[in-house]
Amino acid sequence: MEKLRSRLYRFDLKGSPYLYVLPFFGLFAVFGLFPMAYTAFISTTAWSPRRAGSEDESVGLENYQNLFGDENFHNALINTFGIGLVSTVPQLLLALGIAHLLNYRLRGRLLLRMGVLVPYITSVAAVALIFNQIFARDFGLLNWFLAPFTENPIDWRAEKWASWLAVSAMVTWHWTGYNALIYLAAMQTIPYERYESASIDGASRWQQFRYITIPALRPTIIFTVVVSTIGALQLFAEPFLFDTTRNNNGGSDRQFQTVVLYLYQQFWTNGRYGYAAAIAWTLFGVTVVIALVNFLLARRIRSED
Amino acid sequence: MATRRAPDQPRWGTYAILFGIVVVSIFPLYWSIVVSSRDQSAVGHYPPPLVPGGNLFDNLAAAFDQGNFGLALTNSVIVAGTITASVVFTSTLAGFAFAKLTFRGSGALFTSVVATMLVPTQLAIIPLYIMVTQWFGWANDLRGVIVPALMSAFGVFFMRQYLTSAMPTELLEAGRVDGATTLRIYWSVVLPIARPGAAVLGLLTFITYWNDLFWPLILLNTQNPTVQVAIANTASGIEVDYSLVLAGTVIATFPMLIVFLLLGRQIIGGIMQGAVKG
Repeated sequence: MEKLRSRLYRFDLKGSPYLYVLPFFGLFAVFGLFPMAYTAFISTTAWSPRRAGSEDESVGLENYQNLFGDENFHNALINTFGIGLVSTVPQLLLALGIAHLLNYRLRGRLLLRMGVLVPYITSVAAVALIFNQIFARDFGLLNWFLAPFTENPIDWRAEKWASWLAVSAMVTWHWTGYNALIYLAAMQTIPYERYESASIDGASRWQQFRYITIPALRPTIIFTVVVSTIGALQLFAEPFLFDTTRNNNGGSDRQFQTVVLYLYQQFWTNGRYGYAAAIAWTLFGVTVVIALVNFLLARRIRSED
Repeated sequence: MATRRAPDQPRWGTYAILFGIVVVSIFPLYWSIVVSSRDQSAVGHYPPPLVPGGNLFDNLAAAFDQGNFGLALTNSVIVAGTITASVVFTSTLAGFAFAKLTFRGSGALFTSVVATMLVPTQLAIIPLYIMVTQWFGWANDLRGVIVPALMSAFGVFFMRQYLTSAMPTELLEAGRVDGATTLRIYWSVVLPIARPGAAVLGLLTFITYWNDLFWPLILLNTQNPTVQVAIANTASGIEVDYSLVLAGTVIATFPMLIVFLLLGRQIIGGIMQGAVKG
């Protein structure tokens, strides 16, 4: 009896923790890990639901080889990076500025914070559809606004740069407030005395922002850069909904087809499971590389200070 | 004493800029109400109407019928609600173990949780589609949307960070000294402490899955949509009737706006908390 009890106690101490993490890891193994590995397998086949037996048709690394020579894939990569840059950089800079303003001792603080966060609780689909109207060529709100400055209404979907700007505007509108609150949270952990002693030493507000706020925020900035970059690489809903024809081309000339939209097109429209799986793994590889580069750059910047 | 809290005192310019930013933040939603309260012809000419008209309820009703929104709203509540309950449950359990219990391999396991947050959803989409539709037979079935999302690496991470700081380890030790089992301690000590964090995680999870489009779009058709699938489907085709499309977005956004108005403070707190501890 005594022995049993001590055994139970030992299990409770050393064994039971695994039971607490089991529900998460069990589900994750089935719906996260296994599909990842299975995607790798599918990417070596010519699997298409339209040809019976094609799931057993192994093609080795042919899908990857084709992908490297696929102009549409190159185009999708360029679009993804381009839209990513045009949306992430202004978004984070704006967020930094907004956070700085929100950090003053404001009246109606909660209301102001809620105001900037409204876009975050709006669904990506709703954002894209509303901006579809705003960016419409005929009778779109923005073209009406720009009419005095432009000769002809801008066809936001037709041209590369215009469509990039439109898609980036949706992303920026959606995420700026969220990032601003993250920066604000980090700013509030900076002890006030540091600003006080700096202002005694005659540092201007800009100098205080540059030499106290920004360095203290560095880990948070790195965090948001990594998260936004990953988000930008996975951009799908905005370009998907911006092309109202729904053929997943991302514009008549694929001018705003992102990698994930291309993946979706291969998978869903063209039924090329093997090829789409190769795109998925390549995208994952790109994501890992870019995350690593981010980290390394961040470390380098830190060590230079 | 030197200047009094200089960087803290806002000037009127600060308010003016912030007010402008809030206007930009809210304007697209306001615009969706303007457009959806007009008929198609009023939207299709210049100058555009800048204030709401009188057709809001007609358009909402028309969108409701065409887009199957009654079913869509019910489906979204079921999907987001079930996922939220499960994510909060699994994350609180695992978060507690990672925060307060010592066991072999816990460091490596937790690192793997963080690593999985980097993995894009798209990496699993093709096998998930095959599993859910062919192996489980859940094509166009809500279970197919719900089951793959029952756990969240972010949730585990969030609850671990929360419990690490919110729960003193002495409480665990005191419970042990009193002869309580870990499960007993979890139930009567940890859960009450975890509740505020769990509530925030629940809110964020609910918002995420209410708004999710990619996976439901693949799995569900127009006969059995979630709200996001329903609004995505109203907007296809060459001739877009924006007053109906944006009436759909009003229907899809309205429930979240209510939640936000009631619980905005908690949602903001959750985002800011996650940021500092992350």
